[in-house]
Amino acid sequence: MATKTQEVEAKGGQSRHRSLGLSDDQALRIYEVMRLARAIDERMWLINRQGRAPFVISCQGQEGAQVGTAAALRPGHDWVAPYYRDAGVILWFGMTARDQMLSFFARREDPNSAGRQMPGHFGSRRLHIVTGGSPVATQLLHAAGVALASKQRKEDAVTAAYFGEGAASQGDCHEAMNFAGIHKLAVIFVCENNGYAISVPQSRQMAIQNLADRAAGYGFPGVVVDGNDVLACYEVTRQAVERARRGEGPTLIEAKTYRFTPHSSDDDDKRYRQAEEVAIWRQKDPIQRYATYLRESGILTDPVEREITERVDQQVDEATEYAEQAPDPTPDDLMTFVYKQGTVS
Amino acid sequence: MAQKTVIEAIREGMDEEMARDPSVFLIGEDVGQRGGVFLASDGLYKKYGEYRVIDSPLAESCVVGVAIGAAVNGMRPIAEIQFADFIAPAMNQIIEEAARFCYRTAGDFNLPMVIRAPWGGGVHGALYHSQSIEATFGHIPGLKVVAPGTPADAKGLLKAAVRDPDPVLFLEHKRTYRLVKGEVPDGDGVVPIGKADIKREGTDLSLIAYGLMLTYCLQAAEKLAADGISAEVLDLRTIKPIDQDAIVATAKKTGKVLVVHEDTRFAGIAAEVMAIIMEHAFDALDAPIMRLTGPDVPAMPFNHVLEEAFMPNVDRILAKAKELAAY
Ligand SMILES: Cc1ncc(C[n+]2csc(CCOP(=O)(O)OP(=O)(O)O)c2C)c(N)n1
Ligand SMILES: [Mg+2]
Repeated sequence: MATKTQEVEAKGGQSRHRSLGLSDDQALRIYEVMRLARAIDERMWLINRQGRAPFVISCQGQEGAQVGTAAALRPGHDWVAPYYRDAGVILWFGMTARDQMLSFFARREDPNSAGRQMPGHFGSRRLHIVTGGSPVATQLLHAAGVALASKQRKEDAVTAAYFGEGAASQGDCHEAMNFAGIHKLAVIFVCENNGYAISVPQSRQMAIQNLADRAAGYGFPGVVVDGNDVLACYEVTRQAVERARRGEGPTLIEAKTYRFTPHSSDDDDKRYRQAEEVAIWRQKDPIQRYATYLRESGILTDPVEREITERVDQQVDEATEYAEQAPDPTPDDLMTFVYKQGTVS
Repeated sequence: MAQKTVIEAIREGMDEEMARDPSVFLIGEDVGQRGGVFLASDGLYKKYGEYRVIDSPLAESCVVGVAIGAAVNGMRPIAEIQFADFIAPAMNQIIEEAARFCYRTAGDFNLPMVIRAPWGGGVHGALYHSQSIEATFGHIPGLKVVAPGTPADAKGLLKAAVRDPDPVLFLEHKRTYRLVKGEVPDGDGVVPIGKADIKREGTDLSLIAYGLMLTYCLQAAEKLAADGISAEVLDLRTIKPIDQDAIVATAKKTGKVLVVHEDTRFAGIAAEVMAIIMEHAFDALDAPIMRLTGPDVPAMPFNHVLEEAFMPNVDRILAKAKELAAY
């Protein structure tokens, strides 16, 4: 089967969101979740630099790709297998600022892992967020398996799997796309291509410009999208969802984007990229860009922006306060849940 | 009750579990049309269709990774690794993912899945069709590892593994598939994971084994009896969680223990069994605990002289047991 890689262009116009089937409220909701993801992340860096928490790994710069794609899914019905940057995805799927901060401080109440995993290792059975570990690309096979189960039971849930362009070099990425292609599974592979895997640039990761080209080798379409254009991300994902629900199989979406922060709080990005490059990409901030659009279309007025800012700040403040005070696990917690049935050491 | 081989018992176990529970399915290389390279799933593709018996691509990480995802979403997969020797490409998915889902989510996620793998030597399989993997995987908390040696245990433990809420590595010794026959009870006959079984009572010494070595130990015990030595044979059946009580009980009863496995020696299961006995039955010992194992070479060679030199056999068990009895 020959499939063609499409370039999706950002179309102008002040009612772009409406032409995509999004109400004004939905458009604002997308904006607010992007803002919340960013605000939580910024607060985490602040706290980390004050020495109050050991580790941050960021979504900053990639919120458009994350919230735009997730917004085309049905939280709690569809499934996501996110990777560590996907704060925007899991917030859209029902995690809260408090959940994020509980994980950041590794508290007992952390719903992802009860303080066992580093921040960014999301998971909630209730919210249909598949738990992630640290080895990259393993989640792509899990997503294929989740989708296989949906197909076996003839259910219409769609599963979205997220990963970086570095993770795409792993064998599991190939195995997952191959399997999903063979069985025409309802999987959407979302690559957030931010140009680097820690320090290694895309040119040392692959010999091609567009990862999306690989989709042809698996018998399904690959789409390149401007990852900093949240509505474009929504649009291509909605098309992929429709295709998946029609039983036509997977889509690979490559969202070209950039991370504003170092790889993590333990990285020094000055060793491998120029400050000017970061500055250029900051001009293309997906949140600023979307805010401009929303203002031009008249739905993001000053009072609305103020309300959103207040709500976001309040959530972050409350979440931080709550999580920092929340109890740690006890030493006894070390031994529990090695197995589902009871504590086996 | 009927006489069956190990492979028949495994096939029947899968068939009955698939009939009982529509969420049970099989995925692996050649398991469909072909019925598996050992015919473990012979007839199941025809009976249950291509989405209950899935011919996977030739990719072990895919087999296990997809099984994990399906288990997340309400299914009970049985993932077949064609030979234990080819499990390495799936180790990341097994060790870093499957074994940790429950722990890393404090019980929010659990994976009811079975990974079946034909293992062991004595079949002229050479380096890459003879390996033992129980020590490697027994070392991984979060996994359960079983290694039955009889048809009844194979069927009963397979059923327990399918119904278990956690990932179970189910090791089927290739040499036993058609060599070992035995009574298999009608009906469910579930054998609990984690329980060893005394396959022969004795008073002078204890032979502890599993898999093919169980059969060899039983044959050795028969010959020892002719020499007036009463050997007890304890079949571990489950490697992890190991049945500490049964090990300690037989050690206390006879005071002399020989552990036998074909897996390589260093940090093998015998070392763990010996440590358990030292910790809990030291006072009852009448002799140093002994072990008879495969040698510390990378794997079993093809040439029959070298293969025989690698594998523990009845004669060697007999010689070692007599040395122990005379101590
Ligand atoms: C299998 C594996 N090898 C190495 C690492 C260490 N590591 C963590 S993230 C990362 C870079 C990933 O880059 P990419 O997939 O592009 O995602 P990004 O961080 O750029 O969003 C590396 C090398 C890992 N987590 N897993
Ligand atoms: Mg990257």
